Amino acid sequence: MTFGAVKALDGVDLTIHAGECVGLVGHNGAGKSTIVNVINGSLTPHAGTVSYGGNAGQHGISVARANGIRCVFQELSLCPNLTVSENVRIMHGDLKGWNWRSRALALIKAQLKEIFPGHNIDCDSTIDDLSIAERQMVEIAISFAGIGQRPKLIILDEPTSSLDAGLAAQLMAYVRRFVAEGGSVLLISHILGEILSTSDRIVVMKDGRVVADRMAFEFNSRSLVEAMGSVVREREWQRSTAMKAGSPVLSMSPRRGHGLAFEAYRGEIVGLAGLGGHGQTEALLELYLSRNSNWWAARRRETAFVAGDRSLNGAFALWSILKNLSITSLGELSSRGMIDRGREDRLGEDWKKRIEIRTPDMQNRILSLSGGNQQKVLFARALATAAGIVLMDDPMRGVDVGTKQEVYEILRTEATSGRTFVWYSTEMDEIRLCDRVYVFREGAIVAELVGDDITEKHILAASFSEGKAA
Amino acid sequence: MNAPRLLLSKPWIWSFVATITVWIITVLFTGGASSLGLSQAALTFAAFSVIVGIGQMFVITLGPGNIDLSVPATMTLSGTLALKLMDVQDSMIVVGLLLSVLLGTVLGIGNYALIKLLRIPPIIATLSMSFIVQSTAIWANRGLRIKPPEVLASFTTSSLFGIPNVAIVALALSAIAWLLLEKSIYGRWISAIGQSTFAARMTGIPVDGTRLVTYMLCAVLASICGYLLASFSGGAALNMGAEYLLMSIAVVVIGGTAVAGGNSNIPGIWGASLFMFLVVSMLNTYGFGAGFRLILTGLIIIAVILMAGGRQSTR
Amino acid sequence: MKLSSGTLRLIIPAVSLALLLAAVFYMQPRAMSYTGLNLLFNLAVPIALATVAQMLIMAVNDLDLSMGTFVSFCACVTATFLQASPAMGVLIFLGAIAAYAAMGMIIHVRELPSIVVTLGMSFFWGGLAVLMLPSPGGEAPGWVRWLMTSKPPFVPMAIVASVVIAAVTHFLIMRSSFGVLIRGVGGNFRSVERAGWSVIRIRAATYALAALFAVLSGIALVGLTTSADANIALRYTLLSIAGVILGGGEFVGGRVSPIGAVIGALTLALAGSFLSFMRISPDWQIGAQGAILIVVLALRLFLNRLERREKIQ
Repeated sequence: MTFGAVKALDGVDLTIHAGECVGLVGHNGAGKSTIVNVINGSLTPHAGTVSYGGNAGQHGISVARANGIRCVFQELSLCPNLTVSENVRIMHGDLKGWNWRSRALALIKAQLKEIFPGHNIDCDSTIDDLSIAERQMVEIAISFAGIGQRPKLIILDEPTSSLDAGLAAQLMAYVRRFVAEGGSVLLISHILGEILSTSDRIVVMKDGRVVADRMAFEFNSRSLVEAMGSVVREREWQRSTAMKAGSPVLSMSPRRGHGLAFEAYRGEIVGLAGLGGHGQTEALLELYLSRNSNWWAARRRETAFVAGDRSLNGAFALWSILKNLSITSLGELSSRGMIDRGREDRLGEDWKKRIEIRTPDMQNRILSLSGGNQQKVLFARALATAAGIVLMDDPMRGVDVGTKQEVYEILRTEATSGRTFVWYSTEMDEIRLCDRVYVFREGAIVAELVGDDITEKHILAASFSEGKAA
Repeated sequence: MNAPRLLLSKPWIWSFVATITVWIITVLFTGGASSLGLSQAALTFAAFSVIVGIGQMFVITLGPGNIDLSVPATMTLSGTLALKLMDVQDSMIVVGLLLSVLLGTVLGIGNYALIKLLRIPPIIATLSMSFIVQSTAIWANRGLRIKPPEVLASFTTSSLFGIPNVAIVALALSAIAWLLLEKSIYGRWISAIGQSTFAARMTGIPVDGTRLVTYMLCAVLASICGYLLASFSGGAALNMGAEYLLMSIAVVVIGGTAVAGGNSNIPGIWGASLFMFLVVSMLNTYGFGAGFRLILTGLIIIAVILMAGGRQSTR
Repeated sequence: MKLSSGTLRLIIPAVSLALLLAAVFYMQPRAMSYTGLNLLFNLAVPIALATVAQMLIMAVNDLDLSMGTFVSFCACVTATFLQASPAMGVLIFLGAIAAYAAMGMIIHVRELPSIVVTLGMSFFWGGLAVLMLPSPGGEAPGWVRWLMTSKPPFVPMAIVASVVIAAVTHFLIMRSSFGVLIRGVGGNFRSVERAGWSVIRIRAATYALAALFAVLSGIALVGLTTSADANIALRYTLLSIAGVILGGGEFVGGRVSPIGAVIGALTLALAGSFLSFMRISPDWQIGAQGAILIVVLALRLFLNRLERREKIQ
């Protein structure tokens, strides 16, 4: 199936049988979440079919639900203002009638007790009052619970991300019991120990393809990491030689009280690697917000930020390309608070040429550009400032290859002239372009790789923890 | 794109088309006898709506949820205190104006302090503020109704070359606001904040500072309007601001400013203010009462939002 | 024992009401009687009903700025049509409720800001009210008058009515399936949608229910005042919002409390009497209400902070 402009899944053939637990692993962008969304009906494949229990043809969220498919998402999807039993009511439409409250309560209590024996969650309290771990437990229990008929396939997407080792072990043990009773589970996790010990079969994905599909006992954690990696591609990238010269221009103490500290030096390209959502964006935001006042405009801008999610926190949709480009440089383009249109136009023309924004007129709306060109504008927005440090939050997501190469070129020249780049990327090819890389796991920096040590193998090994969750 | 097309694509053009239509209908009905008087009255009363409307527009531009409900109370208090301070002396006119501006500044800071410190939505913060301000106005207004200074009173009620002086003042203020909005850094900032507060923050815009200034600006404009209105009507009255609460929001919406924030325009406020006044006088000339007038106003507002909502479906 | 956030949310309004009541009794012991209480809380019933209506709208993350004019409109209908030809009056009310449901659907489908739509509607209802009663007048239907002025034994009508309103709405919103769905939409409408519910229908029903309570508020108001005019309840827009907030409700997230809302409305009604007993000059009464609002909000922020700190530890 194709996902937006980018082909997300390519000839994937995945079968999940009754009574088996399938582990699904892969690095960022391998297509894990796409496959989940196809199975649970949120996305419709452009080509190919999805069939539940042999019946192909129909597709959609309600069809998937009717076929006993439930999904525990990475982001919590309960109503935070309702109690545990009220959330059960919402998730299970057939809990009707007068006595629904006590029946819901009994249902969830039994299920919680079965999965997490010895828990002490008060099922009458609101989700707000629960800790993150308890919320995740409740959500898992709601998904496994069934009135009348039990669910057939449960998709668990990083289910143990906020559970401690004991709870995670309880959950995995329950998954085994559930599977033994004839249910199916699709398990996605970055903790290889879990995958190896719980799954019957492991599917490894990479770049939208299934690269391995074997029984679990045929893998160990080394071979699993190797399967996720790809053939090493030669790169023609010249890393800058003078590393760590002088004092750091940017630094941050270890996050969450453990792990390594962060430092960046002049002229460096520092990469932030690891699986998506393990604290890289938070680290960037913290670095940025601590250096920009919310009350006064800085006279000289030290840091600039390139957003990754264009529609969410990058482009201003109502504005022209030029206004989107110049917003961070207004201070340099104006005198006494009034913007000099002539200087602004010149800046626009200048950058239009330098990074080749493909548009007839810089006055056109930003949304008239293709995604890749919008991203170029956001790059130009940061590079047009005098800022010495540029923070980048996975900015190349969904950008075509040609544009990427152009931007890499610009980064290289800018770094040589003394700018520092901090670059969070979910793509291995980009991480390998960096001079130095910090690998994040569970919110903290767990590894620092320099120079030729920056390899896919090392990064994967650091991103996936071997054993149980910390 | 040719000129007429360009003109038609402006969101404010419709309020002017509507205004001119209503003007012609009214004048035709009265046989053309009242065209000058009607125009002058329209300009005078529209001027007051324009002044408060501009302030409200700046606030609404900041994005969803931003609104200033303390406008009427601020107007009343400003008019009351200024007239009291001036005490019918012509020499105090400037001092009175300065007091109004100062009062607006303080109230704007107060509004934003409540929003920020108590972390409550602007609607409830400015509402609580307006309770207190209104009380202060009641307290200050006790005693005799004080007349405005002679010179000020005649200034606000007379015209220059047939254009009412208050309309000229409103025009000048609109010009300044237009400069701020279209040409200054500040204008870009509030538009950016209105489109996406988070994205604005990430481009280095001092969001809190900008919002504070905006709430101050709105309160100052309401203060100036109160000062002028009290002088125009020969004294401050406790309910003088009342109708401007809904009016200030209505003219902004009808004028084509995006309710979702980020996009605003000044000409539309003029069109909408004139339109609102003319609709009233048209219905009056036809002998319709206040009831029909209100129903029509409501239907117009809803129709405008429905149309505008469809236009920016990109959100 | 650990208090749930729902209970905590109820404590502040209840304590403020109790303190206020104690202060009133202290200053004016004669108020501690059947007639005294009746006088103190007389106007609380329509305010409480309007507050519940506003609370329903706020439960789905919207805000109704037309509450005051709508209650005025309902009051005018009560004093004219409902009194003269009850069937016609009921028909008009049904039409108004349908209009509210439609408004909820439009707001949902077009993703419009509820503040502006209801602002427009406030002109509309106000206009209709003026058409019906250009000057104060009309007459309360006999049964409404009888109901609102009846004197049940031991406890005044105002308090009986408030308790009934609180109990009914608590059941409806906090206990029933429908209430769970309403609050679920406010809390996380995506997950409600994902579970297979029609959010647009829930929203429309919520708006209709809110309109029903506003209609009752208008009827109750006329029962107390015996006549109506087009501006009779304009204050209710602000009072109802303040009542919900005082009662521990929040603007977003579906966090509302019907009992709290009724208590909030009682507090607002009592605050007026209290301030006059305090011999605060009438000039400052509105201001003092604003100050009370600010103090309560500050108190709540403080408690929320404490709670959060507790959770982190």
